[in-house]
Formats: sequence, C-alpha cells, structure tokens
Amino acid sequence: MGTIFDIAFLMATLRAATPLIIAALGGIFAERSGVINLALEGKMLTGAFAAVVVSYYTSNPWLGVLAAVLTAAGMAFIYAVASIKYRANQVVSGVAINMLAAGLTVFLVQVFFGTAGMSPAVTRLPNLGPFTPIVYLAPLLVGMSFLILYRTPWGLRIRAVGEHPKAAATVGISVINVRYACVVISGMLAGLAGAHLSIGTLSVFVRDMTAGRGFVALAAMIFGKWHPLGALGAALLFGFSEALQMRLQGGGIPSQLIQAVPYIFTMIVLAGFVGRATAPAALGEPFRNE
Amino acid sequence: MQKRNTKLLVAAVVALVLIVALVFVLPGMLREPEPAPVAFRVGVVLSVGGRGDYSFNDAAIAGLEKARAELGIEFRYQEPREVPQMEEFHRLFAQERMDLIIGIGFLQNAAITKVAAEFPLQKFAVVDTVIDLPNVKSMVFREHEGSFLAGALAAMLTTTNNVGFVGGMQIPLIARFEKGFAQGVEHVNRLRNKGVVVQSAYIGTTGAAFRDPVRGKELALAQIARGADIIYHAAGGSGRGVFEAASEKGVKAIGVDSNQNWVKPGNIIASMLKRVDVAVFNAVKATKEGAFVAGVSSFGVKEGGVGLTDLAAVTDVEKAALKNDAAQIEKIQQMKNAIPADVRQLIVDLTAQIADGRIVVRSE
Repeated sequence: MGTIFDIAFLMATLRAATPLIIAALGGIFAERSGVINLALEGKMLTGAFAAVVVSYYTSNPWLGVLAAVLTAAGMAFIYAVASIKYRANQVVSGVAINMLAAGLTVFLVQVFFGTAGMSPAVTRLPNLGPFTPIVYLAPLLVGMSFLILYRTPWGLRIRAVGEHPKAAATVGISVINVRYACVVISGMLAGLAGAHLSIGTLSVFVRDMTAGRGFVALAAMIFGKWHPLGALGAALLFGFSEALQMRLQGGGIPSQLIQAVPYIFTMIVLAGFVGRATAPAALGEPFRNE
Repeated sequence: MQKRNTKLLVAAVVALVLIVALVFVLPGMLREPEPAPVAFRVGVVLSVGGRGDYSFNDAAIAGLEKARAELGIEFRYQEPREVPQMEEFHRLFAQERMDLIIGIGFLQNAAITKVAAEFPLQKFAVVDTVIDLPNVKSMVFREHEGSFLAGALAAMLTTTNNVGFVGGMQIPLIARFEKGFAQGVEHVNRLRNKGVVVQSAYIGTTGAAFRDPVRGKELALAQIARGADIIYHAAGGSGRGVFEAASEKGVKAIGVDSNQNWVKPGNIIASMLKRVDVAVFNAVKATKEGAFVAGVSSFGVKEGGVGLTDLAAVTDVEKAALKNDAAQIEKIQQMKNAIPADVRQLIVDLTAQIADGRIVVRSE
C-alpha cells in the first residue's frame, strides 16, 4: 500500500479536481449574484458535447473549447431569461436545463454523427507536460475570480446584488444586468469544465458523461462557502478522495467501503471543519424593478 | 370572494377532466377489439445505456433488424433514461397488444415482473435476468465462460505478467465477467507455469457506472501504472475510457459484448462477444412460429452465445465499422498477426473443452 501516494496519484487528483474547480467557480458567480445554479451539470454536458462536435469537424480542439464555452453560455442565457426576466422558479428551471441538455445532446449525437449515444473519436487537446492546458488554467481562473469578486468594484456590485438587491438598486446598480452577466459567465465556466472532460481527458462524447460532476461541483461551492479559494480547496479534496477511491480498489479492502470514501470525506469535513455555510442572502429570490 | 373563485376553479377543472375522459377514453374502452394487424409486432425496452453503447443494447437492435429483414416483423423500441420509466414503457406496449415484448438488461426485472402479472396473456422475454412467470421467457448468458477465454488470452499475451479488469456497476452480473476472467488467467498460470496476476476495479454502484468513461480511463491508467499491459472491461459506455487509456499508454485492451476491436484499431486484441442479437432473434423467431416457451434459456460457449472475436482474420464487422479504411484495417490485421499460433490454438482447445464440459467455469 506504500506505493499509493505517488506522482501518478497526485496527477489523478488534479485531473479529477479540474472540472470540479472550474464548474464550482461558475456556480459561485451565479449564486453570488443571487441566482441559484442547479444547471451546472447540464451546462457541462452541453459544453462537453459542443467541444466534441467542433473538434470533429475542424480537427482543431481549441475551436472545440471555444465552442464549448459559447454553447454553454447560450444555454445559461436561456436559463437567465427564464429565471431573471420571467422570474421562474430557479430550482425548477435549473432542473429543466439539465433535462434539456441530457435529451438534446443524445438527439444531436444522432444528427451529427449518425450514431446513438456515443460520438466517434475526435482530436483531443495536446498535453502540455503531464496535463492538458485546462488543468493549468484552473488555478489561474480561481485567482482571477477571487480578484474580480473581492478586489474590483464590479465584484462588490455582484456581491451587493446577491446580498441585498434592493439596496444595490437604490444606489444605481442594475440588478438585472449584473445577474445576466453572472449567469452567462457561469455558463462559460461550466462549458470549459465540460470540454475538459470530453476533449481534455478523453476524445469522445458519451451520453450523460458528466455523471453527476456538476452536482459535485455545486457541493464544492457550498462546501467552500461560495468563495473561490474555499471552492478550490473543496474541489481538490473531492478530487483527492476520487483518486484515492480508485487507487484503493483491488487492495483487499471491500470495494463498497472504498466507493463510499468521497462521501465519508464530505461528511467528516462538513461536520468537523467547515462550520455553518451561509448562502448569499438574496439567493433564489427573483428581482422585480419597482 | 377569493374562496368562491377557488371552488369554482376546482369545479371547472374536475368537469373538464370528466369531459375529456368521456370523449376520449370511454369510446376506446367500449370499442370492439381491433382486428390483429398483419405483421408480427415486437416492442423492445432497452436498458438505461440506450442505443449507441456499442454493447448489448446495440446487439439487441441488431438482432431485431435481422428479424425484420428475414422474418418480416415490425419492431419499436423505447430508451428509458431511468429504471422507473421501464414499467410504463412495458405497460404501454402491453396495452398496444404487441405480439412480444422484450426487455433488455437486469434492471428490467422489477418492471416486467409487475407488468407481466398485470397482463398474463401478453408474452414477454427478458435478457440478463430471470423472471419466474408463465408468460416470461428469461434469456441469460454464461458470461463467465466467454470471460474465461478472455482471461486465458490475456494471460498468454501479457509480457508484464499483470492484467487488469474494469467492471461497470458492481453487481453479480458484472462479477461473473470478473470471476471468469480470473479463472482463465489461473488456468493458464497452471498450464504454462506462469504467475500472471489480475487487478480488478469497478466504476461504481449505480447505473451511471456504465456511462462514465472519465472514471473508466482513470481506473485503467491506475492499473497500467501498476504494471497491467492488457485490460479487459465489462463497463458498457465507460469502456471507451479504458480504450483511451490503453491507446494513450500503448497497451492492449479486450472489448466486451459487441465486436469493439475497431474502436481503437491495433489496441484491442479481441472482444468477448455476448450474442444478445442471437438470443433476441431466436426468441422472436420462436414466438412468431408459435413456439414461445416460458422459462430460462442459458447461452454459453456451447450454444455459441458467448465467445471471442476472430483472432486471425479481420472480420466483416470490423471492416464495415471502419468504413473499409485500409490503413486502419491493416493495423488490426498486424495486431492479429502478432498473436502466436499456439495462443490461437490454445483458445480453440479451451473453447472446445468448455463446450463439452471438460472445463467447468464457475460463475462466482
């Protein structure tokens, strides 16, 4: 068992954590502005799919990444219109986006590739050293998000809109515009996370391939108290337990126990170290200009 | 005023529902049964993996397409996203009075058990699980026998004396693949005095385990890092990740269920075929000829229900899947040429020995 914690293990941790980090940042932007973001999973899936389609037709995975970001942003915009403009229930419309993404991608796989449920192999992102470039991008994005949210006037506005939209509106901040921008940014980040899965780690799209990672990212966001650095820590922890779970398999420990490792980790840390996580005060409340 | 409005609304809704029921449902109930359509109709409820798993759902559809071409049947299929939907799809087909309803996959058990009891005259067939009802034909495979051959092949070809198994969802069905594979390796260890070890890993404990290629790849990479140079998967769509890991690290993989050798030409030495297509075709044919028999039919090596893909020649299936791309076909051919003749002979011998019972492969 002494050989478990080696360089390969560290690499597996980072690979598993990367999509969680990026998607969790997306969650933070939306929720800090007061919009619940249950749709991360669907936006990741959309991004993963768009990346594969564009990489397939252009053989350029970078264009694939761009397409993932833009398509998921488009998906997020639909969600923004529903939840901000029409003040739809944000939980319901988030779930609707997830279902739409799951169904639409399966349908479009058929349209684009003539196969069902799985794409052919496409050109994937080249490795930069041991990782795909998106892995290196993740900590940069964490730093940028931190600076934007806590060191710029625009970040202050985002937080104000999420905590007390009426007060923000009275000092002349457009609550609606800030929320639109944040939800679209969240879509872009989720799309990038999806592209990491489909053309970073793999070179293929498989239906529902995000396999719940959008929800794990959501947990990382809450776990990290809606703070970029906290989310980074939480995502790394989830990545760590995922990698650990895989390494431990076949080592004589009952595998059901091993597969519970990520959840046990979450419980321990939530109960023991994190303390109360407080959501932005106006989270989930549609804003009405009066 | 507010209260009265609400009451009025409720009354209106109830009235509307009743009217709709009268207009649409009652005539349907009172109408004489429609004359049976000319064609023999089959309804298929696939497993949650859905079409395009390059695996048993696709195999089932292939069997039905063959039946349509050769027997002139009609078929419709449903792809449930989740297990709870299966029951509704079966009931839907039963209400349409399909001549045969087929459920693919062990996850169908509860749904068919319930619906088959509701419609005792409706004929059902189910793949991969056993349902003890007088109107259900259960078709199961002895995957451990085919996996034994895969294990023997891997043990013969490994140069690191280390092979891997990646399973999808952790259930007895998938464990059969693992156990058979391990017994095949053990058999070669005894026969050839080798010391090949098997690493095993599972992707998860829910149906999503068959659709998580990211995790499939990570598990395969971990096994390769610990020395495995041939990895056998029984993980549905997640197996694509295993193939990606194998081709990235330049090691070999063994596919499962359908012929997957073309997915990464040159990296997949063989696939363990599970002929769901044959089982489905036979069930349709027998039922159409009035010879539907409830009970369990088991398909193993002896029945041609499981086995390895051709180890010498590139097959038509592989050529067609590669759209006759000569360069890719050449890669597969070279890989097959690299398999020593005595290994091929051993697989032939073992196949015969399993078929006539000289080797008994345990399922657990």
